[in-house]
Amino acid sequence: MTTTTLHEPELARMARRRAMVPYLLLLPGIAWLLVFFMVPILRLIGVSLQSGVYPNYEFTWQWDNYARLWTTYGSQVWNSLRFAFAATVICLVLAYPLAYFIAFRGGKWKNFLVVMLLMPFLMPFLLRTLSWKIILADEGIVVSTLKTLGVIGPNATLLATSVAVVAGIAYNFLPFMTLPIYVSLEKLDRSLIEAAADLYATPREAFRKVTLPLSMPGVVAGTLLTFIPAVGDYVNVLLLGSPSEFMIGNVIQSRFLVVLDYPVAAALSFTLMTVIVLMLIPYVRATGTDDLVA
Amino acid sequence: MTAPTRRTGNRDALMALLAADRGIDRRKFLKGVGAGSLLMLGGPALLAACSRDGGNGGDGDRSFTFANWPLYIDVVEEDGWFETSSLEDFTEETGISVSYLEEVNDNTEWFAKVQAQLQAGQNTGRDLVALTDWMADRMIRLGWVEELDHSKIPNFSNLESALLNVPFDDGRKYTLPWQSGFTAIGYNPNLTGRELTKLEDIFDPAFSGRVSMLTESRDTLGLVMLTMGIDPATFTMDELHQAIAKIKPYVDNGHIRRFTGNDYADDLVNGNLAVCFAWSGDIVQLQLDNPDLQFLFPEEGLMLWSDNMLIPKGATNIDEAHEWMDFVYRPEVAAKIASWVNFIPPVVGTKDALLEIAEEMEDEELAELADNPLIFPSQEVLANTHPFRGMSEDEEREMDEAFQALIGA
Repeated sequence: MTTTTLHEPELARMARRRAMVPYLLLLPGIAWLLVFFMVPILRLIGVSLQSGVYPNYEFTWQWDNYARLWTTYGSQVWNSLRFAFAATVICLVLAYPLAYFIAFRGGKWKNFLVVMLLMPFLMPFLLRTLSWKIILADEGIVVSTLKTLGVIGPNATLLATSVAVVAGIAYNFLPFMTLPIYVSLEKLDRSLIEAAADLYATPREAFRKVTLPLSMPGVVAGTLLTFIPAVGDYVNVLLLGSPSEFMIGNVIQSRFLVVLDYPVAAALSFTLMTVIVLMLIPYVRATGTDDLVA
Repeated sequence: MTAPTRRTGNRDALMALLAADRGIDRRKFLKGVGAGSLLMLGGPALLAACSRDGGNGGDGDRSFTFANWPLYIDVVEEDGWFETSSLEDFTEETGISVSYLEEVNDNTEWFAKVQAQLQAGQNTGRDLVALTDWMADRMIRLGWVEELDHSKIPNFSNLESALLNVPFDDGRKYTLPWQSGFTAIGYNPNLTGRELTKLEDIFDPAFSGRVSMLTESRDTLGLVMLTMGIDPATFTMDELHQAIAKIKPYVDNGHIRRFTGNDYADDLVNGNLAVCFAWSGDIVQLQLDNPDLQFLFPEEGLMLWSDNMLIPKGATNIDEAHEWMDFVYRPEVAAKIASWVNFIPPVVGTKDALLEIAEEMEDEELAELADNPLIFPSQEVLANTHPFRGMSEDEEREMDEAFQALIGA
């Protein structure tokens, strides 16, 4: 082919076309969000303001539906928040040293260890949760050991208590905490730690002033990835808890599927989402997640 | 749990998990882990988007779609009794292929999945579905069920007479039972330390914290009504609230550990539960793993339920569905299915057919099944069973509200 000189208008057109490229690339993502997130959310809000009995709901600006979360389901909301918080803290305490070890001491085993970390995901969520029923069974090894040591009373159980629920949630979401922390530790520039040592920082100071701050994006991402789904979780309670541990997810599920009370279920879902977002804004602001957003 | 495990009696930790898995798959458990989470995210709009396309191939290529509960029909197994499954036999004989979906994990979940289409008057893509009495009741009430043409089901006459006139479908104009079962008490005598005789025993303080009831409100409330001398077939709403009030303190003080679906099964096997409300077919299968487990025929009576085949409105392969119903109402077919699923076959003559098959095959184990009172109950036992009465929409809503509040949601 011979080279041809391009005329001005053609160049301009190409430039314009090039400027369009990012938007075109964004299009599938935006369309996806629009169809599978925005439309359902708007629909959800619409349903949440209806009233009536299935299948004849009418749109009546039924704001009362939103009051239900606080008036009727206060204890379930409280359970959701405290279990999710406890599980997130446990995950953080377990995940940070784990991620640290893999990132800094993993050596040639690093990839293997990361794969091991993901191994549980190869097992279905339900089976992972059910396995806790075996671990914590009344006649099981954990309970009998604790009884022998006198930590718990002779008639105490772990299943059907909040201990089992929090353990189940923490276990199920541990990889969501570990992976982001691992990634931020892994990409950390090691020479910064060396520099800190050169400047007479003790290993502890170097950790506190260099490693920890630089791994914060991972910590923030990990806590969000753990806390948000944990608040809405209901499977762990269903399998490991008792009625007094029920969380808001159980209520929403029962409203949608059993009582067919779609308006209240929708109102609860939407309120839950809003509450989580409102709670997390100050957290994200305070911890600073420029890396997370950028 | 699959039949090979049952028959070889293989037991280790993994098998225990698999047994638990069976519990998950089977009936009424984990109300919509899948559908539930979808609903929480997106609501009905998303559900509508998830639905299948309806319809089957062109003319001459006959087929129909049957949505059923998992592990609820016989399958061919290496060390199983039969070389072919009922589904294969049917296709072989009629040339009709069956698209068999094991998609009903839970009545409410399945309902949530198809309700938008039914409401819009669209074909759901299912020509036949098996739903429990009360859900069949709801579907009929909503006008979402095709009427059956009894002339196309000659074997309809084989239906057990006790199941012919049910409160929600007098004369079985819309539905035909797929399998039936009892709900009463399952227990582990090693943990209770004594034989149980009555339903009231579930409230014995000695079993505190080792008791479960069912999330299926009609089963739990029906049984508790029986302990109070209330007939579940005719109760008033006042009596229903009395039954709930009777259970409430036992939830609050932790006597009742959980409300469960099929997952009471692994708790019972693992010794976490001493006494629970249980379904008969489950106990038959659990006994193969742990022969100590008992199903109690309580003095006060038992609840009797069925899962019923019905044709959702808008189905396109109605004739084929009728042919299938006629086929499974042959005693020899019912026997084959019963030998695998272990619930109560609703077809007269199934027991004799099973004995005949067992004799032909000279298989004693198969013959023993015919003596199992949980699969082939005696007339005395049947006389002491109770259905749960049909309810109006308002009553149902009232019960659901009160019962959900009772179980923590």
